[in-house]
Amino acid sequence: MIEKILSKKEFNDWLKELRKSFEMIGPKTQGEQIDFAPLAGDSAPELSFQNSRLSPKGFVQPASEKMFQFTVNPEDPEAHILKEILQETSSRLVVGIRPCDARAFNLVQLNFVNPDIQDPWWRQGRERLTLMGLGCSNPCSTCFCTSVGGGPFDGSGLDLLMFDLDQDYLIQACSENGEALLKAGPGKTSTEEDQKKAAQLKTKAEESIAAQVSTDHLKDQPLLGLFNAPFWDEVQFACINCGTCTYLCPTCWCFDIQDEVHGLEGIRMRNWDSCMYPLFTLHGSGHNPRGEKVQRVRQRFMHKLKYYVDKYENGVACVGCGRCVQFCPVNIDIRRVCQLMNDYKAN
Amino acid sequence: MVDYTKEIQERAKRLLEDKKVDAVIGYRQGTVPMMNEPILVRETGKTDQLYWDSFCGVNLANYLTKRKERLAVVAKGCDSRNIIIHLQEGQIKREQLHIIGVPCLGMLDRRKVWAKLGDKEPLLVREEGDQLLVSGRGFEERLKKSDFLQDNCAICIHRNPVLYDELITDPVKEPQRTDRYEDVRTVEAMDSGARWEYFEKLIEPCIRCYACRNACPLCYCPTCFVDESRPQWVGKSLDPTDVRTFHYLRAFHCAGRCTDCGACERACPVGIKVRQFTKKLEKDVWELYQFEAGMVLEGRPPLDVFLPDDPEQFIK
Repeated sequence: MIEKILSKKEFNDWLKELRKSFEMIGPKTQGEQIDFAPLAGDSAPELSFQNSRLSPKGFVQPASEKMFQFTVNPEDPEAHILKEILQETSSRLVVGIRPCDARAFNLVQLNFVNPDIQDPWWRQGRERLTLMGLGCSNPCSTCFCTSVGGGPFDGSGLDLLMFDLDQDYLIQACSENGEALLKAGPGKTSTEEDQKKAAQLKTKAEESIAAQVSTDHLKDQPLLGLFNAPFWDEVQFACINCGTCTYLCPTCWCFDIQDEVHGLEGIRMRNWDSCMYPLFTLHGSGHNPRGEKVQRVRQRFMHKLKYYVDKYENGVACVGCGRCVQFCPVNIDIRRVCQLMNDYKAN
Repeated sequence: MVDYTKEIQERAKRLLEDKKVDAVIGYRQGTVPMMNEPILVRETGKTDQLYWDSFCGVNLANYLTKRKERLAVVAKGCDSRNIIIHLQEGQIKREQLHIIGVPCLGMLDRRKVWAKLGDKEPLLVREEGDQLLVSGRGFEERLKKSDFLQDNCAICIHRNPVLYDELITDPVKEPQRTDRYEDVRTVEAMDSGARWEYFEKLIEPCIRCYACRNACPLCYCPTCFVDESRPQWVGKSLDPTDVRTFHYLRAFHCAGRCTDCGACERACPVGIKVRQFTKKLEKDVWELYQFEAGMVLEGRPPLDVFLPDDPEQFIK
């Protein structure tokens, strides 16, 4: 894979050029936080940020997505027949996405696009995206990507990976798509000196990630042993069962499908949902298999750190972005829970 | 100055040893700076986990709802007021509770500390008297705590627990009743269009995670109106009508009950000033009934009773 060095001016000019082929998505200040949003006009991505408050997963799986429309007009011969709402397919370039959030798409893809299931909405949303990631020179104290199979300069989920070398960006192609873009773009081949600087940046960033979380025993832990472990009672106490962790998480993918009818016209949509909510599992009969808080808290961690691990043999369904650690209003820390699960020994 | 952490630990230990309670609800030191986690301690050997600093903003009355055992609970002024409301509303019984009162000097807002630090990430935050010592990679700053109080704490006039079985130290001086509603009046003065815009902008970032609702001790309904599915009252998407409905109705459910503990605002992951709704209602209840929620155990809150001299005409 090729890599190039671009001055920041060349980079900005390149982005302008790329706007001809892509809708531009990038980090943008919104109130007190930075989030990914379409960058209208010539507005530049704000690339001096640690990470966005919300993960950019919404560009593949929006918080609310219209799937079908229908009419309930009894006069209409097509009443109650669902008609697919065609999705936008134009290309989007996500500039500045963090390696962890990009890698999250790879983990989530196993659930939405696999030999058994092809979710057209998720797939189309994902196929629209080209990911130009920004390596993390300055990871947060809550980051633990290196413990869960990623890294601050991990290109595995990206098309292109940027190293911020102060005056310049060193940009590496990480996919064929990325390579084609980079080849056609400006900049010159990186020198040995540039590569050395980039390697130093990477090493320094990796070393600055203090949090070490062990996941090595999760796969071998007996599922029911973990399920019935006594520590859940302690872990769940503080939880208020809000959806902050699940909605900020780049790998939480659960949704709810709803029909809404206004007058005679209806929409079938899917919305983010959260395993933290009692309603998520409430049956039509009134029975709720996860009626208790402890069951819901356990579900979230077991899904990420055990069920996914066992089902897909692809490691844990967590990329170590640390958003839930930072924003859980009651400080439930997945790093701690993961350690409890990994170290657990049934009597 | 009394060491609050040590006092809480010792009192909790004694209560458990004397078998006066089955468990103690308090805080333990968080895994990230400026955050602490509510915990339930059942064993005397674990009371050393209990902790106190100026980031204990979670309202612990929220953890008492419908509990069956005998509990000790660490309570600031606002927590104690919410405990009174819990008692009045039958969510817990007085004889089950042992309230360890903590005279409070105001909780600090980590968002304000973050905002002050800009790009610098705080890795270690310590308190020294009225100072906050914040350090991170390549920086150390000394901040004045009073500049970083949670908005509700900055105007709090009930720092001391209202109801308690023991106080860990002497009561602190209560601030005089200052103008609590300056911001509310600003909104009241707007014309309806500007006010609409103001509230629209306020809730724009909402992701409907319900952290505000769930952090609130008042929100204990077995099924919240937004979670009703047969029939479903409120849509589930981010449609502005539904987001509004959630926020406005939630606020109205808190009218005459809200103690302005700030738990909702503190919990919001996207920084919505949720108290802008509840404060207006708090002001109305104060002006109409000269009532503050959770100040006395006796009697009923004004929106819970009918009196012939009710100031509102529509009800007569």
